[in-house]
Amino acid sequence: MKSWPLYEVFIRSKAGLHHKHAGSLHAADAQMAIENARDVYCRRNEGASIWVVLSSDIIASNPQESEELFDPAEDKIYRHPTFYHVPEGVKHL
Amino acid sequence: MNVIDIETGFQEKIDKDIRIEPRDWMPDNYRQTLIRQIGQHAHSEIVGMLPEGNWITRAPSLKRKVALLAKIQDEAGHGLYLYSAAETLGADRDQMYEELHTGKAKYSSIFNYPTLTWADMGAVGWLVDGAAIQNQIPLCRCSYGPYGRAMVRICKEESFHQRQGYEIMLVLCQGTPVQKAMAQDALNRFWWPSLMMFGPPDDVSTHTAQSKRWGIKRFTNDELRQRFVDMIVPQAAHLGITIPDPDIKWNEERQHYDYGQINWDEFWQVVKGNGPCNKERMEARVKAWEDGAWVREAATAYASKHTNVSNQKSQAV
Repeated sequence: MKSWPLYEVFIRSKAGLHHKHAGSLHAADAQMAIENARDVYCRRNEGASIWVVLSSDIIASNPQESEELFDPAEDKIYRHPTFYHVPEGVKHL
Repeated sequence: MNVIDIETGFQEKIDKDIRIEPRDWMPDNYRQTLIRQIGQHAHSEIVGMLPEGNWITRAPSLKRKVALLAKIQDEAGHGLYLYSAAETLGADRDQMYEELHTGKAKYSSIFNYPTLTWADMGAVGWLVDGAAIQNQIPLCRCSYGPYGRAMVRICKEESFHQRQGYEIMLVLCQGTPVQKAMAQDALNRFWWPSLMMFGPPDDVSTHTAQSKRWGIKRFTNDELRQRFVDMIVPQAAHLGITIPDPDIKWNEERQHYDYGQINWDEFWQVVKGNGPCNKERMEARVKAWEDGAWVREAATAYASKHTNVSNQKSQAV
C-alpha cells in the first residue's frame, strides 16, 4: 500500500452538470482508481462520469495569498447589474 | 502577524462559522484532535463490519442478505471517506492502519460485543446505527470542511441502516413467541453498550470543552445520549419489548425520559481491551490485512509494469 498513490475523485452526477470533487482514494493505477471510485463514491446512482487525477498533480492556490488573489474583486461593484440605474418603466434591461 | 494574532484569527473564523480547509492555518492541537477523532471514527466503521459479517451467510432471506451486504459495504465506504479526510490533515494511511492493528488507536467499544443471534442484526441497526446517527448529524456542521463533507455523505447513507434494523426487530416482534423473545434478548444485551457509545459523562469527558470551542463538537455526550433515549423509548414501546432499565420514566419537568445508572466500569474495561470480543476483532482485522498483502503487491507490480500504457490513457476533456 505504501506505493499506492492518492487520487482525487471528481464525479459528474448527470449529463449537463459539472464534475464535482467527491473525495480521494488510494489506488495502484488510474484504472483501479476509477473502479474503486465507482464502489466508494457511486453506490447509489451518484455518477454518470468519473474523473480521477493524481493528488500530487493538482496545483492549488495558497491560502496565505488569498487576499491578494481575491480581494481585488471586492470593490468592483460596477461588474454587477445592480450598480446601474434603470429608469422606471423601462423594460427588458 | 504574530502567533497570537493568527490563533485569534483562527478562533474568530470558527466563531463566525467559517469552515477550516486543509491548507488553512490551524493550531497543532486542533489538527491532532481531528486526526485522532477522525481516525477513531474510520477505524470504528472498519471494525464495525465484523460483527455483521458474522451473519451474512446465515441471513434468513435473500432480501435480508442483500440489505446486510449493502450496509456492510457502506461501512467500508464510510471508513474510506474518513481515512481520506484524516489524510488531508497530514495523517498517513499506512500509519493509521498500523495504529489500529497494534491497538494504539481506539475504535468504538460497541463492536467488541458479540452478535449471537439474527436478532442482533436488528438491534445493531436500530440501536447502534441509531446512536451513531445521533452522534454524526451534528458532525455534518463540524468546523473542519473535509470531515463535515464526509459526514454529510455518511448520514445520507446511514438512514437506511437504522430502518432495516428496526424492520428486522419489527418482523421478529410480530412473529412467534420464540422470535419475539429473541428480539427482547438482543435489546437486553445491546441497550447499555449503546448508551455507552456516546462516551463518558460530561463531568469526566476530557475533550468536550475544547472540542466545542473549536466547533468540532456541537453537543455534549450527555446531551446526545438523552436525545437517543428519548428517541428509542417510544420505538421500543411500538415493538412491544422492554428496555432493560427499571428507571426509565418520563420526567414531566425535564420533558425527557430519565434513565438508570450506566456501568462505567464495564465501559472502561472494554475500552482498555478487556471486552468480550476485543481480541477476536483485532485478530480478524489483522488477518484480513495480512492475507491481502499479496493482492496489494501484485497490483503494485502490475501498475509499474503498465506505467507506459496508462500514460496513453484517454484525455478527460
